[in-house]
Amino acid sequence: MSRNPRQTSSFPDAAHDAAAPAPVLSFAGVSMRYGRGQETLRGVSFSLQPGSFHFLTGPSGAGKSTLLKLIYLAARPSRGLITLFGQDLAVLPPRQLPHLRRRIGVVFQEFRLLDHLSAFDNVALPLRIAGKKPKAYRDDVAELLSWVGLGPRLHAMPATLSGGEKQRLAIARAVVSGPDILLADEPTGNVDDEMAQRILRLFVELNRQGTTVLIASHDRDLVARSGMPELRLEQGRLFDPAADSRMTPE
Amino acid sequence: MSAEAAQSFLRRWTPGPLMPRGDVRDASLVFVIAVLCFFACLAALAALAADRAAGGWAAQLQGSATVLVRPTGGESVDAAAARAAEALSGVRGVNEAVALEKDKALALLQPWLGKDALDDDLPAPRLVTLDLDPIAPASAADLGAALKAANIDATVDDHSLWIKDIVRAGAWARAAAVGVFALTALAAAAVIAHAARAVLAARHEIVEVLHVSGAEDRFIAGLLLRRFAAMAFVAGVIAAAGAGVLGAAVRLAGGGEGLTPPLPVAWIDLAALLPCPLLAAGVAALSARFSALGLLRDMSNKDWT
Repeated sequence: MSRNPRQTSSFPDAAHDAAAPAPVLSFAGVSMRYGRGQETLRGVSFSLQPGSFHFLTGPSGAGKSTLLKLIYLAARPSRGLITLFGQDLAVLPPRQLPHLRRRIGVVFQEFRLLDHLSAFDNVALPLRIAGKKPKAYRDDVAELLSWVGLGPRLHAMPATLSGGEKQRLAIARAVVSGPDILLADEPTGNVDDEMAQRILRLFVELNRQGTTVLIASHDRDLVARSGMPELRLEQGRLFDPAADSRMTPE
Repeated sequence: MSAEAAQSFLRRWTPGPLMPRGDVRDASLVFVIAVLCFFACLAALAALAADRAAGGWAAQLQGSATVLVRPTGGESVDAAAARAAEALSGVRGVNEAVALEKDKALALLQPWLGKDALDDDLPAPRLVTLDLDPIAPASAADLGAALKAANIDATVDDHSLWIKDIVRAGAWARAAAVGVFALTALAAAAVIAHAARAVLAARHEIVEVLHVSGAEDRFIAGLLLRRFAAMAFVAGVIAAAGAGVLGAAVRLAGGGEGLTPPLPVAWIDLAALLPCPLLAAGVAALSARFSALGLLRDMSNKDWT
């Protein structure tokens, strides 16, 4: 695991731990297998502090997407304990899942935009689901689209957008409701270097505003340039469990 | 897009449909539901017509009675029938008593015995037909007592046996029509349930995005509920209009007297078709909601989306 010098300087000691806020997310011995296949994740343990920024790295098939799926509650672990926003997911009633999901923003690797909706409608989706009135969020959505550089494409359908535009649209949808955690799966996988840097700056800006960010990426250069801490998965195991100040593998 | 154009877009913007709008499959489904609703409408019209027919026949029978007169002693059967008619016309609750002439009595036997068997030697019984007061008809006992007092050997038939049969037949006809109506409604519900599950399966990716964005199962089921209710409403309108045109044609072509004497259609019956679109929408809404919730629950049991 690489260390961010800025963050290494605040490596937790006992006093720091006592004062540290409760993690927004913690994994304890989490394993995951699909059907009767091999385990995709094996005994993964770590926790994320509020407002932290991490990259989740590893080669293809290492289990990055699976780990994200477990966090955004699209799958259940085969073994282990996941605590999200202080809630033990193993005993959480199913009816409370939607409320937890609304606190999580997800940027999918393949965007998963709704092709039959305009850019504006795609971004407004989480707010509609949360039951907000259109008048209450109309201007906010337009402002957010402008912020990600899609102000002139409010009414565009996803099929008419470039890869970079789709990526930014997916990011706007993920952050529109002000999530506590932002997850992104290979968000720079389909864009050039310049766009990748712009997207990274976007995530950093969101992190500055208090959002906990976890980005899955195999782009080692991007991770190195960002200087942000890294969670490295290899063959389903969390590599180098040594902790830094904000991420605490256990 | 200029700032002005963006403002214009925002002013005109209304949220788009979260489930994609209809395609060819939707049109096919509307057609199938319309056909089912059409049969349900016809069944409803048939039930009303059967009810009216049974009621009419029973009323006719209740308003009349028949007396079979047999000769006694040296008196001719015609004289006995004339006496019976005279005696019965004085009974309270009888408006008119008419003794059928010999020719008419023989004519009644012709369908059973054939024309050749009807000759003058045949001891054909005589009938007295009674037109009873519809409000307070004379009872069979009153009529029998009057005949006995006049020393006439006769049998009174107040049609009670026939009336029971007709009422029973009418009830069966109504039940059959209601059964057909219920079956078609169930068939429509099954078709919609199947279609709702097919939509969820085909739009699995949309469902997953909605789930991950925090949508509850009932929110997603609500999307399907509104969609299928709207489709069923349209199908119901088409079916009711079709059945209405057919019912009107039947009524214009003769109604109770001409084209469909056994099942007379009245204009007022067509009003029964008016709730059809709402009923179809209601059945579709319930069916879509429960099938969608069932499938979403199954999906959630497998994983969380």
